[in-house]
Amino acid sequence: METLEITEKEKAATPIQNISGSEAVLKALVAEDVDTIFGYPGGAIMPIYDALYDYADKLKHILVRHEQGGIHAGQGYARSSGKVGVVFATSGPGATNLVTGLADAMIDSTPLVCITGQVFAHLLGTDAFQEVDVINITTPVTKWNYQVTDATEIPTVLAKAFYIAATGRPGPVLIDITKNAQLQKFDYEGYKKCDHIRSYRPKPIVRKEYVEKAAKLINEAKRPFVIFGQGIILGTAEKEFKAFIEKGGLPAAWTILGLSALETDHPLNVGMLGMHGNYGPNVLTNECDVLIAVGMRFDDRVTGRLDKYAKQAQVIHLDIDPAEIDKNVKATVPVWGDCKETLPMLTKLIDKKNHKDWISKFHEHIRKEAEVVIKDELNPTGEILTMGEVIKVLNELTDGNAIIVTDVGQHQMVTCRYAKFNQSKSNITSGGAGTMGFALPAAIGAKYGAPERTVVAIIGDGGFQMTLQELGTIMQFNVNVKIIILNNEFLGMVRQWQQLFHEKRYSFVDITSPDYVMLATAYKIAARSICKREHLKNALNTMLKHEGSYLLEVMVGKENNVFPMVPQGRGVAEIILSKEEL
Amino acid sequence: MSKENNGIENLDLITAPGGNAIIDKSGKLEFTITVYTENQVGLLSRIAIMFSRRKINVESLNTSPSEIENIHRFTIVINEYEDVVRKLCRQIEKQVEVLKVYYNTNDELVWQEVALYKVPTGIIADIVKVERLLRQFGARVIAITKDYTIFETTGHREETDRLIKVFGQFGLIEFVRSARIAIIKDSSGFHEKLQQFEAREPGEDANENEYLNQQEQVFTM
Repeated sequence: METLEITEKEKAATPIQNISGSEAVLKALVAEDVDTIFGYPGGAIMPIYDALYDYADKLKHILVRHEQGGIHAGQGYARSSGKVGVVFATSGPGATNLVTGLADAMIDSTPLVCITGQVFAHLLGTDAFQEVDVINITTPVTKWNYQVTDATEIPTVLAKAFYIAATGRPGPVLIDITKNAQLQKFDYEGYKKCDHIRSYRPKPIVRKEYVEKAAKLINEAKRPFVIFGQGIILGTAEKEFKAFIEKGGLPAAWTILGLSALETDHPLNVGMLGMHGNYGPNVLTNECDVLIAVGMRFDDRVTGRLDKYAKQAQVIHLDIDPAEIDKNVKATVPVWGDCKETLPMLTKLIDKKNHKDWISKFHEHIRKEAEVVIKDELNPTGEILTMGEVIKVLNELTDGNAIIVTDVGQHQMVTCRYAKFNQSKSNITSGGAGTMGFALPAAIGAKYGAPERTVVAIIGDGGFQMTLQELGTIMQFNVNVKIIILNNEFLGMVRQWQQLFHEKRYSFVDITSPDYVMLATAYKIAARSICKREHLKNALNTMLKHEGSYLLEVMVGKENNVFPMVPQGRGVAEIILSKEEL
Repeated sequence: MSKENNGIENLDLITAPGGNAIIDKSGKLEFTITVYTENQVGLLSRIAIMFSRRKINVESLNTSPSEIENIHRFTIVINEYEDVVRKLCRQIEKQVEVLKVYYNTNDELVWQEVALYKVPTGIIADIVKVERLLRQFGARVIAITKDYTIFETTGHREETDRLIKVFGQFGLIEFVRSARIAIIKDSSGFHEKLQQFEAREPGEDANENEYLNQQEQVFTM
């Protein structure tokens, strides 16, 4: 609203300006409060970059080393700041390099506005140099996309882009702007933020009767169980959520994208759901009588086999996206709405309770899990380091105050299982898409999104080698990120599956690494490699205390497995604690 | 071609089951999906990929401007299970430029397809029973040249199919059929709905609550 007033004042002062489409793009970004852009220039986006030259005081541009790095950085920025991430790329290969990041942001509901250059409008469809049909390529992986061929459209289209990206269930938007539109001069009448699109209703009106039905179910429940996802973080409803579970005395477990919405040490936090989640939450999903799902979408990695999932339970599903309700699990009571609104309504109606006996069941299970799995992972007796003990020591040193960015694979599961979090927006990982190579660039973005916080990227040796070119970005912009490579000299998760389900036929999972210390040194990044327990604490401490970026390689057990595990095709209650149970 | 018994007598000229739901071998039903959208480049592709992503074959697809300016109406016919159709429709409706999606079985609709048949004029002129044929099928002649004649008919798939067989015997040169267009029997139009969409603060009865109104049917386990 404030911006609106300013633009109107501006309008009154300077009636109509004649500016280029490129300048209109940058004015839009400034009006939308954008401070950082991740991008890579090229032929078809040169007019925008030319205009950006004069905006250096208002807009920070981070030159990445690959457009995929740019978009993952935009995602990291959006996830740590809660704002919309902005990414620039050129036409053709520049734009196609964004596709993985778009798919990742789409499935993980990350708000992004990506601006791609495109060839001149008169060349569209002629197989021109660096021409790719970006709109059609990105349609399935964007919440909305649009091609601008006329500069006069730019202010309204960008206003729509930011509105769509950030509202409702957030997601990535791509705006493709032809070079002629970037160059075209037009009469600019100011920028007006968008707050309404008739075909798009991001915030449904909450229906009280369903909230009442839900409250009734919760009040009658003997064994209620809350499972929550990123919806709480995206809806900034952390406080509302806590008030809800605290009043109802409701045990709550999280999906990996919901992680950090509720602090790890909260007495009602009973752990992680899903394939490598905690034993209790998985087993007790099939013992609860009312399952309350908040801002989560029943991904197959969370539910296991659907016909063996919570069949005994009445299901209450709170979600802002109507397409998620009944998609995988039928809801007894759907509460369609923004959880920032629905949770307080529900809290008001539920009775103050404390389900002591029921919650103690979770504790019993965690004791069992600790005995069989956690003890050996966090306090191993063997000589070789485990991933879990690295996380344990990291927890001790950061006290759960760092932003932790993970890649995909074994290290991701171990980190999500054991890392400690005190505040929201602190766990950044590629969930739905499972994009290896996500973490390094996302950590860069996360640091720009929350510059005052410590950012630690934890990455496997496989994923690191997918986007390690972004070390160049870290070097050039002195981005203070701490990188831990958990090196098991294998593509660990695939190896684990080959061991468990393919008779140990290790097909192409043996991966070698460069000398990471030399590599980091070449990029002028301080680095160290350790393989012994006695060096672990000291090395992590040095890394955290170091001013500037730091890379620490930790050699860990080659053939360690992540347990517990719900093997694919099994129900959540069939979770196993060791390979012997398979 | 024989002038005698040309087969017309043997054809069952009673129209196909209009109201009955068609169920295919796998137990899937024929559904007609009606989509109201903004008039926007690229939207056809955005909607089409919703089907191809799930490997659903589109039996017929029609898109044209609706009675309301700048609003397009898609009519899409598929064979699927209702559960799949319902989820699919919600995901289509989620697209930013889609205003509303309805799905209906055949008994909830009145629908038509248009078919055009090009037949050699010489043969047609020689055949006595053409007139009766046209009456029985409700066909019209829309163009005549000395080489060919074009007939037009409207009806359900089975009806237009039957006329192909007939004209096949008369040397059918070319045939084309339109996609299905359908009217939802108990729809009260889209004008009122659109006004709700345009309002910034929609009333309780606005679109988003619509499917919650059918909670008993839709949401019970």
